[in-house]
Amino acid sequence: MAKKIGQKTKTPMPCLEAAERRRMFSEVATGYTEDDAVREADRCIECKNRPCIAGCPVEIDIPTFITQIARRDFEGAFHTLFDKNVLPAICGRVCPQEDQCERKCTLGVKFDPVAIGRLERFIADYAAARNWKVETPAPAPTGHKVAVVGSGPAGLTVAADLARLGHDVTIFEALHKPGGVLMYGIPEFRLPKSIVEREIAALQNLGVEIRPNHVIGRTFTIDELFSELGFEAVFVGTGAGLPYFPDIPGVNLIGVYSANEYLTRSNLMKAYKFPETDTPIVRGRRVAVIGGGNTAMDSVRTALRLGAEHAYLVYRRSRNEMPARAEEIEHAEEEGIEIELLAAPVAILGDDRKRVRAMRCIRMALGEPDASGRRRPVEIPGSEFEREVDLVVFAVGQGANPLIRQTTPDLKMNKRGYIDADEGTGATYKHGVFAGGDIVTGGATVISAMGAGRRAARAIDAFLQNPLPDGM
Amino acid sequence: MVGVVPRRIFGSLKSARFPGGAVYRILTKETLATDIVRFWIDAPHIARKRKPGQFVIVRLNETGERIPLTIADADLRCGAIALVVQGVGKTTRTLNALAAGDSILDVVGPLGRPTRIEPGVRVCCIGGGIGAAVAYPIAAGVKAKGGRVSAVLGARTKALVILEPEIKAVADRYIVTTDDGSYGMHGLVTQGLQQFLAEGVEFDEVIAIGPLPMMRAVCELTRPIGLPTTVSLNPIMVDGTGMCGGCRVTVGGESKFVCVDGPEFDGHLVDFSELAARLTAYREQEAEASAQCRSLSAAPIGG
Ligand SMILES: Cc1cc2nc3c(=O)[nH]c(=O)nc-3n(C[C@H](O)[C@H](O)[C@H](O)COP(=O)(O)OP(=O)(O)OC[C@H]3O[C@@H](n4cnc5c(N)ncnc54)[C@H](O)[C@@H]3O)c2cc1C
Ligand SMILES: Cc1cc2nc3c(=O)[nH]c(=O)nc-3n(C[C@H](O)[C@H](O)[C@H](O)COP(=O)(O)OP(=O)(O)OC[C@H]3O[C@@H](n4cnc5c(N)ncnc54)[C@H](O)[C@@H]3O)c2cc1C
Ligand code: SF4
Ligand code: SF4
Ligand code: FES
Repeated sequence: MAKKIGQKTKTPMPCLEAAERRRMFSEVATGYTEDDAVREADRCIECKNRPCIAGCPVEIDIPTFITQIARRDFEGAFHTLFDKNVLPAICGRVCPQEDQCERKCTLGVKFDPVAIGRLERFIADYAAARNWKVETPAPAPTGHKVAVVGSGPAGLTVAADLARLGHDVTIFEALHKPGGVLMYGIPEFRLPKSIVEREIAALQNLGVEIRPNHVIGRTFTIDELFSELGFEAVFVGTGAGLPYFPDIPGVNLIGVYSANEYLTRSNLMKAYKFPETDTPIVRGRRVAVIGGGNTAMDSVRTALRLGAEHAYLVYRRSRNEMPARAEEIEHAEEEGIEIELLAAPVAILGDDRKRVRAMRCIRMALGEPDASGRRRPVEIPGSEFEREVDLVVFAVGQGANPLIRQTTPDLKMNKRGYIDADEGTGATYKHGVFAGGDIVTGGATVISAMGAGRRAARAIDAFLQNPLPDGM
Repeated sequence: MVGVVPRRIFGSLKSARFPGGAVYRILTKETLATDIVRFWIDAPHIARKRKPGQFVIVRLNETGERIPLTIADADLRCGAIALVVQGVGKTTRTLNALAAGDSILDVVGPLGRPTRIEPGVRVCCIGGGIGAAVAYPIAAGVKAKGGRVSAVLGARTKALVILEPEIKAVADRYIVTTDDGSYGMHGLVTQGLQQFLAEGVEFDEVIAIGPLPMMRAVCELTRPIGLPTTVSLNPIMVDGTGMCGGCRVTVGGESKFVCVDGPEFDGHLVDFSELAARLTAYREQEAEASAQCRSLSAAPIGG
C-alpha cells in the first residue's frame, strides 16, 4: 500500500439542523467544503489493485479522481469523473454507496470507507458552480439514428454514451420533463431538481435530442420508430412505474395515494407551492405511509414538509429488513418521523364524504425467511388496532407499465411483466430493440440503471456496425 | 405517406423553449356557447395517430396543472387537432382566454384506448353538455365504419347546445333536448333515448357521455332492458400514462386506471358514486385557484 492510514472515520457531511429542515424542501445535506473534501480525499490509501472501481457499475476511476482532489486538482478530478459518469451530482447524492463502491473500499475493512459518493458530489457541484464544461471535440457523425424511450438514468446514460460515439440520438419521454424518477420521484430535499436539470443540460450539450410529451406505445409504437421515423435501434428504459395497491377495503377513498402520485404531485408538479402552482395535493394532518423502502421514506418526509402533525411510517417487518438506506432512515427519525414496525394495514376507513378518517392495522411477527431471504411477516391474530389518519400513501412496490407490452407483441416479457433482456448487452428478443434499467430488473437503483445503460450502449454501437438479423 | 410525414413532424417541432421540444400553437379559436370554446391546435403527430375516444393531456405553462381533454376532431391535411373546452376552473378558463397564435406549453397524446367500433354497428350516441365533444368523434367513427348513428344532444338551455351541425352531418337521426325546453325536446337526454326506443329504433349499443348523474341515469334506463351501454369516465388525472393511479375507478368490483384501461367502460359495471366522490377531492383547493382567476372569467371571450 502506497500510503499510511490517517483519519479513521469519514469526514462528516454538513447538514441542515433537523428542526429547521423538517418543514422545508431545501436540500438536507449541504455538501463538503473544499477543506472537507481534501481532508476526506487524503484518507484514500491509493490501493494498487483499486478494488473500489469494481463496486461502481459505471466504472468511475475512483482512486484517480480522489487523488486529484487530495492534490487540489479539482478540474482534473472533474474530467476523470465526467469521462465515465454524465450524472455525477446525482449519483453522488442518491447512489447507495454503502452497497456499491464504498463497500469494496479497502479502508472499510477496519474503519469507515472513503466517502466516495460525497467526494463525487463535491466535485460535480464545484464544477457546476464554476460553469466548467467538458469540451470534448465533437465526434464524427456516424449517420446512425438511435431512439431511446424514457429519460430516466438508464435512458440518459445510453444516450450520452452513444452521442459520444457520434450517433444521432433522440430520447422520447412521456412526461413534460426529462429525468424519470430523478425528476418526479426523488424529492427536492434529497435531490434538487435544478441539479437534475443541470446534468441533463450537459447531456444535451453532447448533442442528444430530447422530445418530452411523447408516449411510446401511443404517440408512436416501437415498430413505427423503425418504419416511419427511420431509427435503426431502439433502447427501452421506461422504468417500473406501475403503482401497486393492496387488496384491502378503502383503497379508493379520497386521501389514499400511491407514492407515485403523491411524489409526482409534490415534485414534478410542485404542489407544495400551491396555489403559486396550479396542482393541488391533499395535505394530511395525520399521515400514514406504508412501506419501508426509499420511496416510503421520501413520501413520509414529504408529508412532514407539507405540514403533517404526525407522519407515521408503517412497515410490516422489523428495522433490519427495511430496504431504505440507513442514512435516510436516520435523517427521517431526526426529523420526527414516527416509525411503526411490524404492522400492516387491513382496512382504510372513510367518513360519509368518502374521505379517509382512520386506518385499521394488524401487528406482525417475523417467521421463517422467504424467497428474498428476509424473514416473512405473519399476522398476530387478534392484534388489530386503529389509528386516526387523514392521508394514506402506499409505497409497497411497483410493476411494469403495460403500454409498450400491449403495443409491441413480439417483445418478450418475463413472468412479472418485465422485458426479457440479456444482462450483458440489453438485447431483447426483438431485432434492434434493447432494454435496461427498472423495466428489466424491477425497481432497483439509479446506478444499476446507469450500468445497464452503459452496457447496452456498447452493444448498440456494435449492432449499428453489424446489424445482422441474428447478430445478437 | 412514409417518408413525407416524418419530415413534416420533425421539421415542425423545433422550439427555443426546450431544445427538441414542440410548440403547440393555437391555429383557430371559436366560441361555441357560453364558456365553451373550440380550438384547433397544431400537433401533426397527434392528429395522425388519434382515434375516436382518445384524449390528450395539456399543461398551459410552467406552473400549470396537467388536465385531460378529449380530441374532438383531427385534420390530417393541416396536422391539427380540435379541443372543445368548457371553462369550469382555473386551467380551463385560462385556456379559454388564450387566442389564436398563442401556444400551449405541453400537449401529450393520443392517450387512452380508442373506442371499439364494430363495422356496421347501430349506436345511440348521447352527449350531455360538454360530453357532445366526446360523443361527436365517436359518432363520426361509427359512421365511417358503415354503422348507423342515432344521437341525442342534451344541454341545460339553448345557448349551451354545441356541435349540432357536426352531429347532424354524421347521424341518421338526432334529437336535441334542453332542460328548460328553450330548444328541441323539453327534458333530459334520457327522454330523448326513450323517444327513440318508443319509435322502435334498434340499437346494438348506447354510448353515453356527459356529467356523471346523466351517465348514471342513462345506465339505469338501459340496465333493465339489457341494452349494452358504454360510458366515458372523467376522473382527475395527473400523468395519463398509468404511472400514478390517481385516475382509478372501480368497475365490476375491480380497480381500473381510466387513463390506460379506459376512458370507456361498461356503464352497468361502474361504481358511479365512488367516482363522484373522488371528483370532489380538491374542492377547496379548486375554489382557491378559481378565485385567483376570477378576473379571467369576467373578461370577454373573444373568437
Ligand atoms: C421515490 C423513489 C426514491 C428512490 N430513491 C433512490 C435512491 O435514493 N437511490 C437509488 O439508487 N435509487 C432510488 N430509487 C430507484 C431509482 O430511482 C430507479 O431504480 C431508477 O430511476 C430507474 O431508472 P430507469 O431509467 O430504469 O427508469 P425511470 O427513472 O423510472 O425512468 C423511466 C422514464 O421513462 C418514461 N416512460 C415510461 N413509459 C414511457 C413510454 N411508454 N414512452 C415514453 N416514456 C416513457 C417515464 O416517464 C420515466 O421518465 C428511488 C425510486 C423512487 C420511486
Ligand atoms: C378523459 C377525459 C376527457 C375530458 N375531456 C374534456 C373535454 O373534451 N372538454 C372539457 O371541457 N373537459 C374535459 N374533461 C374534463 C376536464 O379535464 C376538467 O374540466 C378540467 O380538468 C378542469 O380543470 P380546471 O382547473 O379548469 O378546473 P378545476 O378547478 O380543477 O375544477 C373546477 C370544477 O370542475 C370539476 N372537475 C374537475 N376535474 C373534473 C373532471 N376531470 N371532470 C369533470 N369535472 C371536473 C371540479 O369538481 C370543480 O367543480 C375531460 C376529462 C377526462 C378525464
Ligand atoms: S457512481 Fe455511485 S457507485 Fe459509482 S463511484 Fe459514484 S457513488 Fe460510487
Ligand atoms: S479502495 Fe478505498 S482506499 Fe483504496 S483506492 Fe479505492 S477509495 Fe482509495
Ligand atoms: S392519470 Fe396517473 S395513472 Fe391514470
